[in-house]
Amino acid sequence: MTNRVLVAEDLYLLRDGLVHLLQAHGFMVVAAVESGPELLKGLVELRPDVSIVDVRLPPTFTDEGLKAALAAREKVPGLPILVLSQHVEQLYARELLADGSGGIGYLLKDRVFNADQFVDAVRRVAAGGTAMDPEVIAKLLASNARDEPLAALTPREREVLEAMAEGRSNAAISQRLYLSESAVAKHTASIFGKLGLAPSDDDNRRVLAVLAYLNSR
Amino acid sequence: MLRSFGRILVLLAFLVLEVPAIPLTGLMLLLTFGLGMVFLFPWQVMMVRGLAELNRRLMRRWTDIEIEPPYLPEPPPPVPQADGMYRSDRTLYKTPRIPAWNNRWKWLLTDPGSWRDLLWLVLDVVVKPLLVPLFVVLPARGLRLYAQWSELLLGATTASRLAGQVSHLKRTRNLANDSKAAEMRRIERDLHDGTQARLVAIGMTLGAVEQLVDQDPKAAKALLAKARDASSETLTELRRVIRGIHPPVLAERGLADAVRALAMDSPMDVTVDIDLPHRPDAPVEAAVYFAVSELLSNAARHGNARKATVDVSANGPHLRISVTDDGMGGADPSKGTGLSGIERRLAAFDGVLALNSPPGGPTTVTMELPRVLPEHWAGDVHKMPRWKTVAVVMLWATAWCPTMPQGVVAGVFKVLGTEEKAWFLALHLPEFWQWPMILGMITVGLFMHVLAIRIPAAHNRERLLTGKPAAKVLC
Repeated sequence: MTNRVLVAEDLYLLRDGLVHLLQAHGFMVVAAVESGPELLKGLVELRPDVSIVDVRLPPTFTDEGLKAALAAREKVPGLPILVLSQHVEQLYARELLADGSGGIGYLLKDRVFNADQFVDAVRRVAAGGTAMDPEVIAKLLASNARDEPLAALTPREREVLEAMAEGRSNAAISQRLYLSESAVAKHTASIFGKLGLAPSDDDNRRVLAVLAYLNSR
Repeated sequence: MLRSFGRILVLLAFLVLEVPAIPLTGLMLLLTFGLGMVFLFPWQVMMVRGLAELNRRLMRRWTDIEIEPPYLPEPPPPVPQADGMYRSDRTLYKTPRIPAWNNRWKWLLTDPGSWRDLLWLVLDVVVKPLLVPLFVVLPARGLRLYAQWSELLLGATTASRLAGQVSHLKRTRNLANDSKAAEMRRIERDLHDGTQARLVAIGMTLGAVEQLVDQDPKAAKALLAKARDASSETLTELRRVIRGIHPPVLAERGLADAVRALAMDSPMDVTVDIDLPHRPDAPVEAAVYFAVSELLSNAARHGNARKATVDVSANGPHLRISVTDDGMGGADPSKGTGLSGIERRLAAFDGVLALNSPPGGPTTVTMELPRVLPEHWAGDVHKMPRWKTVAVVMLWATAWCPTMPQGVVAGVFKVLGTEEKAWFLALHLPEFWQWPMILGMITVGLFMHVLAIRIPAAHNRERLLTGKPAAKVLC
């Protein structure tokens, strides 16, 4: 399955690198833009299967990319977008997740170094899933440090929760934590019980429920 | 009434000190300048200043007239030269004592305040008895009049206020420079010890890879993975440094969202209420951001607080920030460097910080940065009080009449000897009074013009000068 991708990044070297990386992994890059207005136009008109967007873009070099991404998703609900940035902020993560429709990613630019994981995240977002940077999740958990249901989780369950909040499926979690899939399923059921969330078999919906829980605190 | 009489009695009793002070002062000045007993001069000045200050304090307490001391700021202590000697004019000294004494002497001698005080002392012993009838009939009125007389000679002058502002600005500028320099050093250290060292390590790893790549591709690959991880760590480190210089959210979104982001990252439950119509200047935003950041982390770390409130609002052109937490309180600015660091940061904007932290909480820190917001936000700051505006308009509307027709034109008629008297008041008077009337009219008219120009100008100057150096209210 080839995915149509849009890349928005103002630094030429990084843009070019991203395009090559994505092409090498079988994506079709339909547009590579370098400014906010171009990006918004591209997102709305081309409706790419997934877009990779830098937060800081010309002309203002503030949060142009993020604004364009939010505006586009308002017009085209659920348009899959993976936001890249030099720094991650809970504030931005919450804004991206606010519509609760999935198909959203928010990663540090460093994550591009690990091509396999990065491409995996792009595919997940394209499929309507989420990809949250571990650092965002760590900050979310740190700011919820005094939440009692969270404190009641065992260390193992906490690890599973972190991996789940990043947007990983049960299969991926079992691989990463060297657990069997059934063990992961057991842990997730227990986490949902402790946090008082309705269990769901659908991976994406499950992740969104966890993020909504963390964000609501 | 009775209290006013009591006060007047105190004032008159004060003469017991003033009267002998005059010959004593005269004697001391004579000895100082006649016999060269210069060491007496500072004592003399201090004695007169003491009396003047006592009078200022009494007037402040008894009437609404606030008499600001007019003295120039005291000279700073002498600074040693590179060779450890202290210089005073063309002489070098081993200890700072003589240069300090010289500076002090010059300061007391050249300060107009010293001589105005002396003039006040001499005249005061005459003025007080003269006012006695008024004191008896209308004691409250008399006290006020006396306070006004005191203010005339004891109050601050434009020059002394400016000098005070200059020395205040010098102090805050030095503080700001110091904290900037300290920050630069910290950043330099962070970059030197962290980022730079890590980059060197990555470079060395890559060098090793270059050598290994042909003989042992497997080991080279492992090293490359290590280099990649190291570059990731370097970036994390760099992000931390950048956050300390200028947080990205602040640059991207401004103060409101940056404070909201801080609130989210805090383990406490923080409520943020920001009411600003526009973004303040970048340096102000940064100072406020770091202050709030420091206060929130203090509350969470030392105060063990669970809830906090951050409130940022504009009060005219002043910016007011308050941070309240429900921690255990008892914060002491002298213990940690956090609060004094914030004070130093705010000092660059004349900002003040007030801490209220009773043991057991809650702790409230209020900061105010005067005049940091553009004035047009506030609207009517430039406006004069209504009576002044009305007076100026009336003056401009009527001043032409005495000057031109009743004054100059009547004068021309008089010189030409025209029979026509028209409505020129002066020409209807008897001959003897005509010229004085004409000249009087011109004088009145010119005086009115001058007033019409002076009132708005004086109002603006008052505004510029009321920016008194903000006092430290750390309690």
